[in-house]
Amino acid sequence: MSAPIRLALLAVVAIVGLAIARLAVEFRANELESATPFAPTPQQIERGEYLARAGNCAGCHTARGAAAYAGGRGIETPFGTVYASNLTPDPDTGIGRWTPAHFWRALHEGRSRDGHLLYPAFPYPNYTLVTREDSDAIYAYLRTLPAVATANRPHALRFPYDSQWSLAAWRVLFFDRGTYAAEANQSAEWNRGAYLVRGLGHCSACHGERNIFGATDEPLALSGGVIPMADWYAPSLASPNEAGVATWEVNDVVALLRTGSTPHASTTGPMAEVVYRSLQHLSEPDLQAIAIYLKSLPQAPVRRQTSVVNMDSAVFKRGAEVYEKYCADCHGKDGKGTPGSWPALAGNRAVTMDSVANPIRLVLSGGYPPATAGNPRPYGMPPFAQTLNDADVAAVLTYVRASWGNTAPEVRSFEVTKHRHGRTN
Amino acid sequence: MRVALAALIALAIGPGTLAAEPSDAMSKRVAACTACHGKEGRATNDGYFPRIAGKPAGYLYNQLVNFREGRRSYAPMTYLIDNLSDAYLLEIARHFASLELPYPPPQTKTAAPELLERGRKLALHGDEAREIPACVQCHGKALTGMQPSVPGLLGLPRDYVNGQLGAWKTQQRRAVAPDCMATIAGRLNAADVEAISAWLSAQPVPVPANPAPMTSAKLPLPCGSVPR
Repeated sequence: MSAPIRLALLAVVAIVGLAIARLAVEFRANELESATPFAPTPQQIERGEYLARAGNCAGCHTARGAAAYAGGRGIETPFGTVYASNLTPDPDTGIGRWTPAHFWRALHEGRSRDGHLLYPAFPYPNYTLVTREDSDAIYAYLRTLPAVATANRPHALRFPYDSQWSLAAWRVLFFDRGTYAAEANQSAEWNRGAYLVRGLGHCSACHGERNIFGATDEPLALSGGVIPMADWYAPSLASPNEAGVATWEVNDVVALLRTGSTPHASTTGPMAEVVYRSLQHLSEPDLQAIAIYLKSLPQAPVRRQTSVVNMDSAVFKRGAEVYEKYCADCHGKDGKGTPGSWPALAGNRAVTMDSVANPIRLVLSGGYPPATAGNPRPYGMPPFAQTLNDADVAAVLTYVRASWGNTAPEVRSFEVTKHRHGRTN
Repeated sequence: MRVALAALIALAIGPGTLAAEPSDAMSKRVAACTACHGKEGRATNDGYFPRIAGKPAGYLYNQLVNFREGRRSYAPMTYLIDNLSDAYLLEIARHFASLELPYPPPQTKTAAPELLERGRKLALHGDEAREIPACVQCHGKALTGMQPSVPGLLGLPRDYVNGQLGAWKTQQRRAVAPDCMATIAGRLNAADVEAISAWLSAQPVPVPANPAPMTSAKLPLPCGSVPR
């Protein structure tokens, strides 16, 4: 064997050895402090309940119609279904035998009580930023829930995603433990907002773009992304063409997060759930902090859209007919809507943004904004899946996207077909 | 418990809060419902989406909650109401319950006489030997339902009644325990179901079609949906 080949072989062996050693690190759970008596104060428990809402823990950890936090809801991913676990204090099936240190390690490191690695459908790339104090408060609250004996359901993941080795490899590539380090040149409010948005709020789990391994490319970026398996697009919070709020008043951002709809925008689809279950319950100072942080996100430059839709085309004319028949009653002939009831479509970024997933979904499935204290009796968008065929949905959206000053490109029939059949990824 | 809560909310909402709005405001808020359930909730010719106008408010409310909690399965329905509060769902239920609208003539015009006779017997008399109570024992003597939460059985498409009884049998449709209809449907065989849906869908709807008042009489089976 020649010297260069021997050297190359040696290098390969060394690299493989290092990789295995690095993966092995993932399997070595750190020692936990011995369980000291945990005596939470009522304030701590109350705080924990609030924080659990801020993280919408119950959203995933509650199956439809079943006991709160008893787990069992399936989270569909491109790799299979991950079932959320039982967080009630049942000793055999829940977290009854967990210590505060176990719980914190789960949030901070993504490990279960016995040290095995957890799937990042549980968004620990965000939760790693949660402080020990907040973790203890959430733990304290969960311990006060009625114990429900519901055994955790095994995940239904495809090979090779079902192995701890592949999870270890994923973690080496995409996960770093972290703590939230306050930025000294920013205000306390801004830092509070950043802590909530990047950590417990796990906004990037939807609003971040995911790579083919399901990792958000930049874990804390909010540049928009297709929500895995849900067929909704979570718009970019860093783009003036999508859902960036840099130019909004703080109060308008707060109002949207708290009530779910404002004259500027409404929340629908998965975001309606986030407002309904989580954000509407947050305190005014926390919502303000979130708003201040979101307003400060670096924004991409405005892109001027230039529609090439021909207003004399058959598609545009058909779109105008459909609009007149089905949409104009509520949204107005001028697309201005009625404040407090029906959103304007003129100048509405939810309608004009590049991704057409949401406008198509809204026409096909309709939807209500959340019923919140600030908007307890919302008006709903009717589903048109039964009434309009794909060509008509495309035509009316093309019309809406190119009328009243909107200049977005046309929607094609095949795009509607794709979304009518559910999943786009 | 749930029904008690519903009653409380009903009191809390009251008609007073609605008075300030134009009378058509509620019908516009529920445009998402009537897209499938027909103008004013009268149903369409589709045969699948049932009429909701004039059904008892407690029944409609229970169904909305059942969709949300997964006891009934129709994804587009669950999606629509998932983020609406109990108070608003009850208001929506009360809105449709309050609509007294004429019914179309019965849909089933032809069916074998033996089949209709079997259906009539089961609906009006039940089958004691097989512990099947008559429909009229709970759904009102005129089969127009009973306040506050038992639905009328007339004026529905044959396919819909067939489909629902089948869904009760296979547990695709459920209600709060004790689930009386699941028990009863479990005692019906396929021929019973066919006969009942044929006969029910062949009956004209009486005028007026209001649900019977709540009764204190003992029901043949304990029923989680009916307040006691």
